[in-house]
Amino acid sequence: MVKRDLIIVGAGPAGLSAAKIALEAGLSVTIIERSPMLGGQLTKQTHKFFGSKEEYAKTRGIDIAKILISELDNYKDKIEILQEATVVGMYKDYVLTIYQGNKYFKLEAKAIIIATGASEKVLAFENNDLPGIYGAGAVQTLMNLYGVLPGQEVVMVGSGNIGLIVSYQMIQAGVKVKALLEAAPTIGGYLVHAAKLVRLGVPIITKTTVKKAFGKEKLEKIQTVKLDDHWEYIDGTEAEITCDALCISVGLSPLHQLLSMAEIEMIYVNELGGLIPKKNSNYETSMPHVYACGDVTGIEEASSAMVEGKIAGLMAAAGLGNPHPNHKQLEKQFKDQLMNLRQGPCGVKIRQGLEKAGEAI
Amino acid sequence: MIKQTGVPSKEQVKSKFPDESMLVKPKAIIECYQEIPCNPCSTSCPFNAITIGEDINQIPKIDFSICTGCGSCVYACPGLAIMIARVKDDKAYFKIPYEQLPIPEKGEIWEGVNRKGEIICDALIESILRNKHTDRTTVVSVSVPKKYLYEFITIRGKHE
Amino acid sequence: MRIEKHPILSFEKKKKIHFTFNGKDLVGYEGDTIAAALHDNGIMHYSNSIVKHRPRGFYCAIGNCGSCNMTVDGVSNVKTCITPLKDGMTVLSEKDEVTIHG
Repeated sequence: MVKRDLIIVGAGPAGLSAAKIALEAGLSVTIIERSPMLGGQLTKQTHKFFGSKEEYAKTRGIDIAKILISELDNYKDKIEILQEATVVGMYKDYVLTIYQGNKYFKLEAKAIIIATGASEKVLAFENNDLPGIYGAGAVQTLMNLYGVLPGQEVVMVGSGNIGLIVSYQMIQAGVKVKALLEAAPTIGGYLVHAAKLVRLGVPIITKTTVKKAFGKEKLEKIQTVKLDDHWEYIDGTEAEITCDALCISVGLSPLHQLLSMAEIEMIYVNELGGLIPKKNSNYETSMPHVYACGDVTGIEEASSAMVEGKIAGLMAAAGLGNPHPNHKQLEKQFKDQLMNLRQGPCGVKIRQGLEKAGEAI
Repeated sequence: MIKQTGVPSKEQVKSKFPDESMLVKPKAIIECYQEIPCNPCSTSCPFNAITIGEDINQIPKIDFSICTGCGSCVYACPGLAIMIARVKDDKAYFKIPYEQLPIPEKGEIWEGVNRKGEIICDALIESILRNKHTDRTTVVSVSVPKKYLYEFITIRGKHE
Repeated sequence: MRIEKHPILSFEKKKKIHFTFNGKDLVGYEGDTIAAALHDNGIMHYSNSIVKHRPRGFYCAIGNCGSCNMTVDGVSNVKTCITPLKDGMTVLSEKDEVTIHG
């Protein structure tokens, strides 16, 4: 088996950023990506990004993906990219099993960076499996990558940034967003995103959730219900909304499966979305030379995922005895950047989560 | 209230405006009510009128005596939370960020909308700006009756 | 249904791709995944749940959940949301009684 220097699993914001830094340091890099496209969730983010210039603020996510991909072009002889290739196994001897084109094969690596991202959580209610009930990210994929409309009249559940942004994007695509429901007493995402929606005529209804969906072969309408302070249904407050699609945006959980399979030490941290790997300040997991970055280490914004990816790339190179020429300076720069992104009130949950995981911000 | 509905109170809105006497010249109204990690308004201002500082979570502060109302921040703000306001005679003039279709055209009358999403008045399209700097955001110059200075926020749908 | 006009994105009409779904001739476009092309054709029912045979559509669209698994060119359990559509593909709803070593 040919041994790769560094294999990066996942070509989203974290994986691509890790690749760039590791290539700069002189490593050969193999990127393995499940989808036909590079860029992960960035490829459907049509909005301008928040953050600072270092995280490409005011550039649209779709264009950030192009920038990150084009930055790898300078290293054509050093990089190998496998697309439509799914890593289905990861083992203690640094071997990965990959499924591509209906075939399985194995690759071995000196170092591995896991940047697999996250998956959308589901919400429990009667008939929640009806066709027409989708993850909000799925609707974003359908519209912004393939140009296909999810439906004509849609209801969104969840007012985090994804719920708010996807609702706005549905209106841009010509879909009627009938309401946005939020179980909590207050809006979860950025208020500027909420304001954009409300002025377009979308009501944001807090302390309310979906109780039941109706439809034979596919969704026809939903029943909503008000929630009390203990998140219990308030009887008699049920209301019906006709819709042909329902988007569920109730959070993400880290795609930890490969790390768990290699028996890497994990910890459950609710604030970070679920099961995450324990890692030291060098982003190294309990398995030496295996690093993790981006949403798989805790759910955050793409801006943070890019910076985390850079740190993981830096550390993977140093770990193999190939430190980046500017290692010290970059390490400080990236860590300061992360601190800056996380230090405000919106970063409270992240900071609490990292503290529970035994990490400093 | 804003945390439940996404709609700021009248007092919150007014706190972002300068004294009306300053609005004889155009000024940026920055409706950022929450500390989020974001600073393009400040870095895009050619006159350094907007300050956020080292901690990018701080709410932007604007020096209205320096702001020229040039509008660079209108399309730099990822939250579409900035507009330019000016008052002349009995009309209020705005430059607003707009990311929907169709793109308005000069001379058309559209429906003026408030922060709750309600239609409040007619809005005359004065001009539009859409180039590589605005990056697919359309900056729409629009005028409404002056009494809607603190209410008008966007446009929706052309009058047929 | 396709998005025809969009304020930020541009969707050019791409090359047509012919495929079949449960024996019916359908048209998709180059760059589509199987699931996207089916949804555009108004088809939302892709598989059935194993025990209660309830209709299932896609859910995550990025290959995580398995709700859109279908039989493509004789291979079962294909994640249609991340599999590009190709000319002449034969797509079948996943059978109810899929087993691991079927």
